[in-house]
This record gives sequence, C-alpha cells and structure tokens, in this order.
Amino acid sequence: MNVADYQEEVKMKKTVIFGALTVAGLAAGAAGAATLDDVKARGKLNCGVTTGLAGFAAPNANGEWEGFDVAVCRAVAAAVLGDKNAVEFVPTTGKTRFTALASGEIDFLARNTTWTFSRDTDLKFDFIGINYYDGQGFMVPKALGVSSAKDLDGATVCIQTGTTTELNLADFFRKNGIEYEPVPVETNAEGQQQYLAGACDTYTTDASGLAATRATFENPDEHVLLPEIISKEPLGPLVRHGDNDWGDITRWVLNALIAAEELGITSANIEEMAGNTNNPEVARLMGTEGTLGEMIGLDAEWAKRAIMAEGNYGEIFAKNIGEETPIGLARGLNAQWTDGGLLYAPPFR
Amino acid sequence: MSDTHAESIAFVRESSLPPAAPPEKVGGPFKWVKDNLFPTWANAILTIVALYFLYLLLSGSLPWLLNGVWNASSLSECREILDGATGACFSVISERWHQLLFGFKYPSDQYWRPTLALVLLFLAVAPVLFIDLPRKLLIFTGIYPFLAFWLIWGGPIWGPVFALLGVIVGYMVYARLVHNSFAKALAGGIVAAAIVWYVGGIIGDALRPARPLLEAVPSRDLGGFMLNMMLGITCVSLSLPIGIALALGRQSHLPIVKGICVVFIEFVRGVPLITLLFVANVMLAYFFPPGSGVDLFIRVVIMITMFSSAYIAEVIRGGLAALPKGQYEAADSLGLDYPQAMRLIILPQALKISIPGIVNIAVGLFKDTTLVSVISLFDIIGMIRGPILASTDWNGVYWELFLFASVLFFIVCYGISQYSQWLERRLATDHR
Repeated sequence: MNVADYQEEVKMKKTVIFGALTVAGLAAGAAGAATLDDVKARGKLNCGVTTGLAGFAAPNANGEWEGFDVAVCRAVAAAVLGDKNAVEFVPTTGKTRFTALASGEIDFLARNTTWTFSRDTDLKFDFIGINYYDGQGFMVPKALGVSSAKDLDGATVCIQTGTTTELNLADFFRKNGIEYEPVPVETNAEGQQQYLAGACDTYTTDASGLAATRATFENPDEHVLLPEIISKEPLGPLVRHGDNDWGDITRWVLNALIAAEELGITSANIEEMAGNTNNPEVARLMGTEGTLGEMIGLDAEWAKRAIMAEGNYGEIFAKNIGEETPIGLARGLNAQWTDGGLLYAPPFR
Repeated sequence: MSDTHAESIAFVRESSLPPAAPPEKVGGPFKWVKDNLFPTWANAILTIVALYFLYLLLSGSLPWLLNGVWNASSLSECREILDGATGACFSVISERWHQLLFGFKYPSDQYWRPTLALVLLFLAVAPVLFIDLPRKLLIFTGIYPFLAFWLIWGGPIWGPVFALLGVIVGYMVYARLVHNSFAKALAGGIVAAAIVWYVGGIIGDALRPARPLLEAVPSRDLGGFMLNMMLGITCVSLSLPIGIALALGRQSHLPIVKGICVVFIEFVRGVPLITLLFVANVMLAYFFPPGSGVDLFIRVVIMITMFSSAYIAEVIRGGLAALPKGQYEAADSLGLDYPQAMRLIILPQALKISIPGIVNIAVGLFKDTTLVSVISLFDIIGMIRGPILASTDWNGVYWELFLFASVLFFIVCYGISQYSQWLERRLATDHR
C-alpha cells in the first residue's frame, strides 16, 4: 500500500466517521445535490405548506389545497413538470418546517416564513424572494377609543408566545417608553378567543393574520386595526442552501409571476400575449424570443405555464386574500412598484 | 290447613293483603327528596346553590345547543340565519363530518372500507373481550389485523396474505416444538415466519396486479378520528405483549435481559411522549436517505408503542409483585418449568390484578394520540386546528368542533372503562 493510497483510505475512513457523526448534514447535502433531477424523476414536487392558515394554505371541502402559498407551489410545479397538480403538499407546523426542508423530505417550503438573517445563513436555507410583505399590527375594539398604538400605555396585550412578535412587542413598548401587561396565548385561535372574551385590550400578531381573524368575528366593524406596523415580516418561499440551480428556478418562477402582473399578462390573455406582442420582454418571458428557459434547464414555455397555473401575482392575491375575499387584505406594500408598493421583479433578459 | 277450621270458623283468609303504599310523610318521592336533598339545613342550602348553578349552566348552554343551525354552508351564513339569536353553528359538522372522521384526503368513495374495518373490529375483539364466547371465533381475531390492513390501505392483496401465511407457518413450527422447549419453539417459529415473509415478498412482487382490487391509499392520506382509532388500537394491542415481556424481563435473574429491560423502561418513562413523536417525525427523517424514509404512520406507531409498553410493563410488574410468593412456589412444586408456570399460574392472576391499571393506560394512550397533530398528522384535532379552522368558510367555529371531538372521545373512553368494570366483576373469584 503506497502512501497516497493510505492517505486516501484514511481520508475515506474519516469521511465515514464524520458521516456517521453528522448524518444530518450529509443527508441534507446529498439531498441538495440536484433537486431538479430528483423532482423530475419523481414526477412530483414535494412542497411544504402550513397545516392550515386561512387564505394562505388550506385544503377545501374536497381535500384540494388552495391558497396564496399553495399557488406558488403550483406555479413551480407547472414550470418544472408541466402540470400544476403534480404537487405533493406536505403539511408542516412551525416546529417541523425547517427540518422537513433540511432533511430533503420537501423540495420547496412555501409557508409564510419570515426571511431573517439567521434562517438564511445559520440554518442553511436560501430565501428565493418575498411573496408577501407583512408586519406586526394591533387590533383593538372600537369601544376602547384608541387611535394609535402609542396610546396603549398600561394595556393588556394578547401575544403568541415563542414568536418574533413577542420580541417586537417588547421592543416597541420600550422604545416608546410605555408600559404593557402581556397575556400569553399559544395559538392564533386561543388569541382570538381571549381577545373576544375581553381578557386583553388588544391583540397583536402579523397584520395579515389580524385581518383574517377580524373577518371571522361576528361584528367585524366593532374592531379596528391600528395604523402602526411595528415590525418587518417579509414572508417568502425558501429552498435548501447549496443547490443554486434549483434556487434559480424557483426564484425566477416567483419573479415571473410578479413580472407578469407588471407586464399585464394574465391567465386570461396569456395566449394572445404570447402569440402577438411587440414588447420584447413579454416575448422573452413567453419563450417566443431568446433562450431564457434553456439557461435554467427548462424548456422555453416554463414561465407561460407558471403564469397559466393560477394566474399572475395580482390574480393570485385577489383570488385568495384580496379585498373581494373574506380575508379582505389591501395590496398595500404588496402592490407593484409602479403603484407605490415594494414588488419589483428584476428584468427578464 | 283451612280444612281443620272449615266447620268451626266461618271465614279464613287464604292470601295476604296487598301491601298498601306508605303514608306520604315516610315514603315516595317526598321522603326521597327530604332524605337526599334537604336532610339538614346545611345540605338544604347546598342543594339550592347547586340547583342555581345547574340552572345557570343549562340556561346558558341549552339555547345554544337546541337552537343550532345544521344546514348553512359557512359561518357567515350561520350568523345570518341566527340573526343575532344565540345558537350553535353545527353545520360545520354536517358539512365536514367526513373530514373529521376520515381525514381530508381519504377517497370519499372508499369510506366504506374503514367503516367495514371498524364493524369487523367489534367481531374480532368480541372473543377476546368476552371469555364466554366460543373459542373458535379467535380464528377470525387472528385474521383480522391482516384483513383490516388490506381494507384500510388497499393495494395488492398478496402482502397481507403472505404476512398471514408467515404467521400461520411460524405458529405451526412453534406448536410442534413447544413440547420440547418454549425458547427453541419461539425461535423456530420466528425463523420460519421470516423465511415465509421473505419468499412471499419476492412472489408478491412478481404477482403484483396491474390494477389492485382495492385502490391503494398511502398512509399520509389517513386522518381524522379514524387515525386516532387506528393508532390507539394498534398501539395498545402491540404494547400489551411487549409490556408483559418487559415486565417479566425486569424480574429475570439474567443480568443482561434484566439490564436491557430496566434501561428501556426507565428511559422511555423518563421522556415525554411528545419528544418521542418529534424524534419519529423530525430526527428519523435525517437517518433515512431522502425519499426512502419509513412511513410516518409506522414511525409514530413504533414510538407510541414503545411509550405505552414501558408503562404497561410497570403496571404488570405491580401485578406480579402483588402475587404471594406461595403461588410461585406452588408452580415450582408442581414441576412446571418457567414458561408453563408463567402461562398457567402466574400471569393469569397477575394480569387480573393489573386490569384497572392497564385500562387506565389504554384510555390515556388513546387520548394521547391527539398529540400527533403537533407533528402535522391530521388526526381529528389536527383536522380541526388545521384545514377546517383555516378554511375561510369556517374560521372562527371552535366550540362546535371541539364538542364533536370530545363526544367521540367520551363514547370510546367511557365504553372502555365500563367494559373493564364488567371484566373485573366477571373475573372476581375471591369472596371479599
């Protein structure tokens, strides 16, 4: 056995030992190798969603998943596999979502997850964009006569324990030099009950959640959302760190949905736009011009299929959480940049 | 008798007078009320206070219950129908009952399969529960697990058939060898069964039909109360024999066997069930290569079975310890070897003593199966907290759904406890 072989073997043994020690890390690495190939071989996209959040992801009476996050999953499946129903929805809780993605059980996590520094770096994930700009707000009964969160001195506040909202709340009150008394609750459902029962003066959580909660009240008009938004909660889908090709595909599917709204492409007029346009960016997006699809390892019509799946970003928003739905969220920050919002898809060229 | 007096006495009454009702003051409802509700001043006050609270409770809940709406299609429609009046919105149950019972992905045209499995379950457990029934029925009990598996999961029939065949062959080998030595027979039986399973697996793959008789349903599509029942029944029935083995192992004189049993029991009892479930869901996913992971349902069954068998082992150990030493010595003096002594003398008595404890654990375990909702399995609580409350139609309906779930759980748990009381009376051979 010469020295080189010996070293090779020692290295291998080390690998085995380290492998055994860090099965977790290795498995994640192996799973991240070529997600696109895995998905194509499987013929299904394993997409992690919540176990149920009104408007964002929930199965309907027939057991089909619908919602704002679900639509992103379907768009990715349509772009990659050509079938928006080729998705296996894997329900995850707040506690199991990250391990499910890291272990390779799911390929893509679309579960209203806040993009934070440590989740992106320390937990080894890549956020591929932001599909909903959220922020923490306050809901109070109208009878309380409060018009600003700064008037809440001495108020009792219902707050979900163990969340970032708890920390934001403490920061906000300290910064403004006012006092509050927390009433800890475990889930949104519990918070809703406590608030309605009068156990707390105000209930605080993400503004989208507050709006959805308020919509279920018997008399929604008796409650108001205060204008202050005290935190940034950019919610976005994420993939495992390390497979940049897969990250690119999913990132540009999301961008395609956003760009389509900006360019006026809807699921209704898409055929017309694809066949007959003099806007070169639309032509590139639709695959009639250029080779964008090829660059990310897909065919030319990937973006067209993604948009046809559930419509462009605006359509998805309107159908699931928009003002016409019981959730009734306004576009606000989630409007296109041309309308004063934050949605700004990089150019397709 | 009457003949003797026939001439001397004009009339002799031959039957007794019908008993007269006692006077109002000392009998009837008046006395009952006085004796039971108003015997003393203090008790009278307590009765009145209790009646007042009862009135508060009923006046609050009865209008809500009786005025319930059963046929709206969403919570807002419910509120429209009620128009400000108090009333429950039970329409969520009439619209989503199938999801609450079977989960949201079990194909709805196949609901008859789990239902049939449940009906057959009663047939299968009857000879186990009621010792007076003919013993021949136990044959069906033996077949039932395989039949139920096939009914619920569907797919090719060969898997369950060969699994059953393996058990039968294993038992035949065991029965043939058991006269020589219990241990050898057990080992021989297991080896024989394993061979049949292995060969059966190969043949089963070859025979796989293009379209199975029953449509295959993956276990992640199971849900609702069905999932709670399946987990509860499977885990209790698996953990009973394992618990007996662990309890006997803990009393063993062999140091390794004893050590393993003690460590297992103490470790599992020292860890909360929810931790084990997280291990099943989260950690095990890392140890299997992606995509080839063992079914989540099986992982959860393994963990819950481990958990409950450790507790059942301790209950049975209590039963074993309660037996007088004379029973062990009596078995020895009859010349019985260890398996015979256990099977014929010790365990029947020890298990009888342990029945209340075992039932206690079974009921607790059945209710603990709702914990799986935390690891994103859609049992009945998972269905309520997840999909149903998250749907825009029903967001905000809490009492009705959880009331429904608690009624289902109450029926099952109360049934179990009534049965165990009957069994204790039936088995009572001592005369206390």
